[in-house]
Amino acid sequence: MPWRDPGYYDWLPYNETRPRITWPNGARVAFWVAPNIEFYELDPPRNPARAAWARPHPDVLAYSYRDYGNRVGFWRMLEVMDRCGVRGSVSLNVAMCEHHPEIIEECAKRGWEFYSHGTYNTRYLFGMSEEQEREVIRDSIETIRKHTGQKLDGWLAPALTYTERTLDLVAEMGLTYVCDLFHDDQPSPVKTRTGTLVSIPYSLEMNDTIAYNVNQVGPRAYGEILRRQFDRLYEEGAESGTVMCIPLHPYLIGWPYRLKAFEEALRYITSHDKVWLATGREIAQHFIAHHLEAFKAASVPVGEAP
Amino acid sequence: MSGLPEEHLRYPFRRYGMDHDRYDWSILPRRKPVRWPADARVALWITVSLQWFPIDMKGKPFKPPGAMQTAYPDLRHYTLRDYGNRVGIWRIFRLFDGLGIRASAAVNGAVAARHPSLVQACEQRGWEIIAHGQDMDHLHYEGLPVEQERAQIATTLACLRRAAKGPIRGWLSPAKSQSGATLDLIAEAGLEYCCDWVNDDMPYPMRTKAGPITAMPHPSDIEDYFILVQNHLSEDDFTHALTDHFDLLWEEAATQGGRIMAISLHPWVIGQPYRISTLEKALRHILSRRGVWAATGAEILDAWKAGQ
Repeated sequence: MPWRDPGYYDWLPYNETRPRITWPNGARVAFWVAPNIEFYELDPPRNPARAAWARPHPDVLAYSYRDYGNRVGFWRMLEVMDRCGVRGSVSLNVAMCEHHPEIIEECAKRGWEFYSHGTYNTRYLFGMSEEQEREVIRDSIETIRKHTGQKLDGWLAPALTYTERTLDLVAEMGLTYVCDLFHDDQPSPVKTRTGTLVSIPYSLEMNDTIAYNVNQVGPRAYGEILRRQFDRLYEEGAESGTVMCIPLHPYLIGWPYRLKAFEEALRYITSHDKVWLATGREIAQHFIAHHLEAFKAASVPVGEAP
Repeated sequence: MSGLPEEHLRYPFRRYGMDHDRYDWSILPRRKPVRWPADARVALWITVSLQWFPIDMKGKPFKPPGAMQTAYPDLRHYTLRDYGNRVGIWRIFRLFDGLGIRASAAVNGAVAARHPSLVQACEQRGWEIIAHGQDMDHLHYEGLPVEQERAQIATTLACLRRAAKGPIRGWLSPAKSQSGATLDLIAEAGLEYCCDWVNDDMPYPMRTKAGPITAMPHPSDIEDYFILVQNHLSEDDFTHALTDHFDLLWEEAATQGGRIMAISLHPWVIGQPYRISTLEKALRHILSRRGVWAATGAEILDAWKAGQ
């Protein structure tokens, strides 16, 4: 039977019943930036549940639009992040380590975190067997260790594609956080078969793909969205620590006409003193060490729907 | 559950560089800096698409942006597209003449056949004519027999050459749609540059079976259609997009070498009375800076090649 509710979390509303989160140094907001460093294949095998490209092969326009991120956009985004003193937590299609190691090297040099965004953004998990999915996760763990020396802790499924087992397998294979759930502005426990897994707020709303490709806002409006999101989370963070994430795609944010408004927003956010400039891993580790048990204890089971 | 076929976990092109052989992996800020004539910082390259959308469009294998939308006969969209060639382009001519801008007109072969005087009006101003396929209902796509695709290219070039005096050196596929053979066929037809791929801000070499061809930057983002029609943004947003884009390139050029500001326009979109001033505002901002070289695609190509 298919799920009616994925059942990943219990009920713990955003009100006074929720345990208070404290961040290091009294910060109100744990702020992290998650660049999606992706490789899209020109001619991948077709997943029965989703075609990689809208147009027939070769989809020159869509493919080259994404390739712009690696040739051009990444390098501009990197400069902006350097100027604002922000480390990235890279949502990585791990085949990038082979295709474009120069990009991996620049991120590694700056102490950025790498977490897995699957192998390619054109290989979807839909329809995979358990063993196939394990193989994808194993590939991610090994490729990231081999090319960066880092232990893989985080997960965002490639192109947000899943099976019912994905999060169980991720937890079982030793990862500690996922970015796939959008139910909260604070971290929360994720219930899986085994292991300890937490959900770290990522945000589709702040994601440049959603802003630009789905909601079709202009660059200046995107900058305003980022500032307003931050202002409210900073205000609420005085009561209990919040998380703000900006998920980016170099092929979108790296366009000259979009960079300035983004840099201004990033400067605005980082100019506040009670902001913890963190990585996904650091937020997950802090939450697991200090707040996970209290969150579990305060949660109550969800009732049965008729 | 049996899972996906085995090929889903095989990665035959997982290797250094690209997953195909059309061009090499290359990082923009690590290339040899480009020098433009008179040490200009930014080459301003405007392409204006002169298109014909037949009213009986088949939309094979898909409908291009700007296609007919209602049941046949879609007089509404047919005539509004045609407005660009009758009215909109003349507003652009007047604006560019006043500013001293020469553009590249990307012309469907059918437009040159139907309105040869429009092609001549471009050339009288020193504009360049580049090939934009036969018409907006003759897309290039995989599955189109190679002989047919070759014939479409030949027809396009024949129509353009009948109307134009200058050489045809550039190619823009309708809807930027290519088959696996398009690059080979346009190179074989003697074309020197292609505007379909949007992965770079600068020219770069591509491989074809008929020798190298140059990819010229022709963004789908800095385009009136994308911003105003597809994304429903305002005229002021369009002005800001152009000026913000230019400002960043102009600054970047101070340390990284010459850049290209490529703008793609459609007269039926930007040539409307209420929109043309938004373009003018942006262009005046751009031209007010020192070191801006307004040129055609062929001129930029030649200058770039000379420095390689």
